[in-house]
Amino acid sequence: MTLAYVRTEDAPKRPPPATTAGTWARLRDQFAPTPLSGLATIVIAALLAWTAWTIIHWALISAVWSAPDREACNAVGAGACWPFVKAKALQWVYGFYPIEERWRANLVFLLGGISLLGLLVPQIPLKGLNALFFFLIYPVLTFYLLRGDHFGLVRVDTDQWGGLLVTLIVALTGIVASMPIGILLALGRRSKMPVVRSLSTAFIEIVRGVPLVTVLFMASVMFPLFMPPGVNPDKLLKALIGVALFSAAYMAETVRGGLQAIPKGQYEASMAVGLSYWRMMLLIIMPQALKVVIPGIVNSFISLFKDTSLVSIIGIFDLFNMVQSGFNDAKWASAQTGNTGYFVLGLVYWAFCFAMSRYSQFIERRLNTGHKR
Amino acid sequence: MTAQSPGELRQPPSREAGPFAWFYSPRVRGWLTQLAVFLLLAWGLYAIIFNTQANLKKLNQNFGFDFLTQAAGFDLSTSLIAYSSNATNARALVVGLLNTILIAVLGIIFATVIGFIVGIMRLSRNKVVAGAATLYVEVVRNIPLLLQIFIWYALVLKPLPGVKGAINLFDMIFISNRGVTMPHPLFEEGAWLAPVFLFGALVATWFFRRWARKKQEQTGKSTPVWLTSIPIILLSPVLGLALAGWPLTFDYPSLAGFNFKGGMTIVPEMLALLLALSIYTATYIAETVRAGILAVSHGQSEAAAALGLSRGKALRLVVIPQAMRVIIPPLASQYLNLTKNSSLAIAVGYPDFMYLGGTVNNQTGKAIEVVFILMVVYLGLSLLTAAFMNWFNSRMKLVER
Amino acid sequence: MNQPANSAIIMRSVNKWYGQFHVLRDINLDVKKGERIVICGPSGSGKSTMIRCINRLEEHQQGDIIVDGIPLTTNLKNIDDVRREVGMVFQHFNLFPHLTVLENCTLAPIWVRKEPKAKAEETAMKYLKRVKIPEQALKYPGQLSGGQQQRVAIARALCMNPKIMLFDEPTSALDPEMIKEVLDVMVDLAEGGMTMLCVTHEMAFARQVANRVIFMDQGQIVEENEPNEFFSKPKSPRTKMFLEQILH
Repeated sequence: MTLAYVRTEDAPKRPPPATTAGTWARLRDQFAPTPLSGLATIVIAALLAWTAWTIIHWALISAVWSAPDREACNAVGAGACWPFVKAKALQWVYGFYPIEERWRANLVFLLGGISLLGLLVPQIPLKGLNALFFFLIYPVLTFYLLRGDHFGLVRVDTDQWGGLLVTLIVALTGIVASMPIGILLALGRRSKMPVVRSLSTAFIEIVRGVPLVTVLFMASVMFPLFMPPGVNPDKLLKALIGVALFSAAYMAETVRGGLQAIPKGQYEASMAVGLSYWRMMLLIIMPQALKVVIPGIVNSFISLFKDTSLVSIIGIFDLFNMVQSGFNDAKWASAQTGNTGYFVLGLVYWAFCFAMSRYSQFIERRLNTGHKR
Repeated sequence: MTAQSPGELRQPPSREAGPFAWFYSPRVRGWLTQLAVFLLLAWGLYAIIFNTQANLKKLNQNFGFDFLTQAAGFDLSTSLIAYSSNATNARALVVGLLNTILIAVLGIIFATVIGFIVGIMRLSRNKVVAGAATLYVEVVRNIPLLLQIFIWYALVLKPLPGVKGAINLFDMIFISNRGVTMPHPLFEEGAWLAPVFLFGALVATWFFRRWARKKQEQTGKSTPVWLTSIPIILLSPVLGLALAGWPLTFDYPSLAGFNFKGGMTIVPEMLALLLALSIYTATYIAETVRAGILAVSHGQSEAAAALGLSRGKALRLVVIPQAMRVIIPPLASQYLNLTKNSSLAIAVGYPDFMYLGGTVNNQTGKAIEVVFILMVVYLGLSLLTAAFMNWFNSRMKLVER
Repeated sequence: MNQPANSAIIMRSVNKWYGQFHVLRDINLDVKKGERIVICGPSGSGKSTMIRCINRLEEHQQGDIIVDGIPLTTNLKNIDDVRREVGMVFQHFNLFPHLTVLENCTLAPIWVRKEPKAKAEETAMKYLKRVKIPEQALKYPGQLSGGQQQRVAIARALCMNPKIMLFDEPTSALDPEMIKEVLDVMVDLAEGGMTMLCVTHEMAFARQVANRVIFMDQGQIVEENEPNEFFSKPKSPRTKMFLEQILH
């Protein structure tokens, strides 16, 4: 018996047999690995096709494209009522903001857009200055630009603001206010000082434990009682305070997650080189912690953006409320008006949120590769 | 500080010895900060209490919970317990709490079922199955829940026929824009046998299961427990009723004028809320389930396969027990989110706890008291969930070195 | 295909592809009962893939694999039968972290072999004694060192009374001081007459217990020989190069 064996020539490298790796086999593996799975493919594909067709048929084929009023949209078998959207679109963006003053809102959109772009695209420099502008100067500027009454601008009160403008203002306030308050609360909750720690914890847990509707309800009915008699805070302001407190509590927990992810060695090293508590936090810990939680922060912004629709419950005319209130317009009320309005609303909210979630995934991938290196 | 040996307890250098040395002590600084925070808070509280008192005086109101025992004076579309406009405000709030719990429990059940199915679908090898699940998650979770509630309310439930043209199923169930109306079971004398039998069947199943497990431990043979006991559990209440001579009648709904008489109705507001809550929360549960299953390393199922366990047994004995540890804590917080989100009922007018809080406040003007009750109840629910999560985590934590 | 009575594993012209990549090329291997075989080769040479084909953790696409007289086909029953006869030990142990050491060992006997719990536990304790950690039976895997975990993994596989044991780099994830305790158990097992296929780079172990050493490269068996010959007089230039690299 001989054990020895030596291969003298290489076995040929061949392509895989067609039954296991050809196009057909790959298709079978992806769409029908088992008969039951194949059946599921057919059923689900049919369902998807039917849904897609229904939507296309409603939104495009049988849609009413131009009409002076609701007449055509009320016809039997009519699809989406696009003339309604056309007639209301500007109101949905600006609310009741005076037409000749809308350039102010446009300027606010433009400045915010540019600044946000600068913050979000990693390649654009001057992040620090930009953040300073976005978180400090821009909110103040927005307030004075929109409200006016200074610098020769006509005064436009907040009850005339509305639509997407207000939705974005609410979201922006939530974002801008939640960052500093949230960071302070997160530090407070991790502090060694019992008074600070328990107060921060209590605030975070109480706010996170109740629904946003309750917080907004509290802001709208209780704040007026807390103010000195005779002072009646602005309706929008009350909503903004509610949203800011709410988002700050959630932001605090997100940031705390990031702080916990920072290894102890970073704290020890900072103290070893003689940094004070605040310097250590500002220069070493926070930059790292915030970087880790960027996806988490963006996710809480997505929730916040969706939650802005709740301010309509306490009577603010945000985008959601603005669109809904148009349904009752006698000129446009028809069988398809509501459907069309909700469809547009869905598209707008979805586009914003989907873009944010994609951005968060993009950053997550970037961070991951950064860590591996 | 006696008997100093060289190199021990030397006085620290100059700065500490100055007149402001105390200022450099971290402990003193800590206490000062806390004192400042405390004073700030006390001042704020004082201002709030002072202002509130002044405001209440101006409104001719006083602080107190006596409004709870006064008559509510408003009607409700749906209630689980007896309620009329003569009932007290407290009872109205209880009706709301019960409705909130009802919607939360039903929503949790539906969301869990949908979420688990979709989460597992997303892991499918079949591209169409996985793609459809992904599409569902990406579309539904990026649209505000409030909008979804209205979409279900307006696009699906409103177009249903009116009472006159209601969809009639066997003259028993009527589907119309007033909701789903169905027979209301009325139990008479002797109907208690049904729950007793059901309870008996459950107890028997429990013993049967114990016996089956013992038998397996001793002989290795397994007994199909669920296959035999589920029919028994389902049939036992029927058997109980049969023995008692069918003490069960149904109050059938019938058309009377412009509405139904008799029967019980699930109002469309509740259906819209339930659909939206379940379908929306299910997307988050699906992601949780997917992450949980992915968190169990592939090596675990390989090791189970190498030991000869079938795919089903490997899932049941090895993968799922490990995945559940990852899934359950975020699942509990999703349940809590669903419960909190059910407060959006206020937007469609389903009388849940939040809605009734708002109504009672409108009727009585007791803003502070109402907000207080709302916060305490929702917080209580949250704390219960948190307590469960802590208990679960400590129980299920994997033992490590 | 007929199989001689003393044959444990037969592989004939086995080919396997990952997508377009030809990962196993024309593998022919006969393993007799009681034979101990060590497989070595550079990483990515297909060693692990080959032994994972033997208990069908990987599916081969061409050729025949016959294990203990059972041909491996898409027939699920055959696969189940083969897996009962073949135990496997993994590089990363793959113990079930939610079960105690004892439960890890009794899981398959109870659910696959339908053994009574008491008997399964008795068997498990026997093998835990054999791998010298009976005192850890009630601990969880997470409480044990790497070497202890790997010994539990060996005991877990033995509890199914396998006729063949596969080892997939059982010592590569271990700290150096723990390698010996695992190898000792494997030597003990080999001396007990177990049929073993072992992917490892522990050359001392190969010399001590192997009947044959197989060298794989680029998805093929390049050379096989009894250990002394293999190490002292490698014939293929690739084998020479590989041995030079690992023996330095």
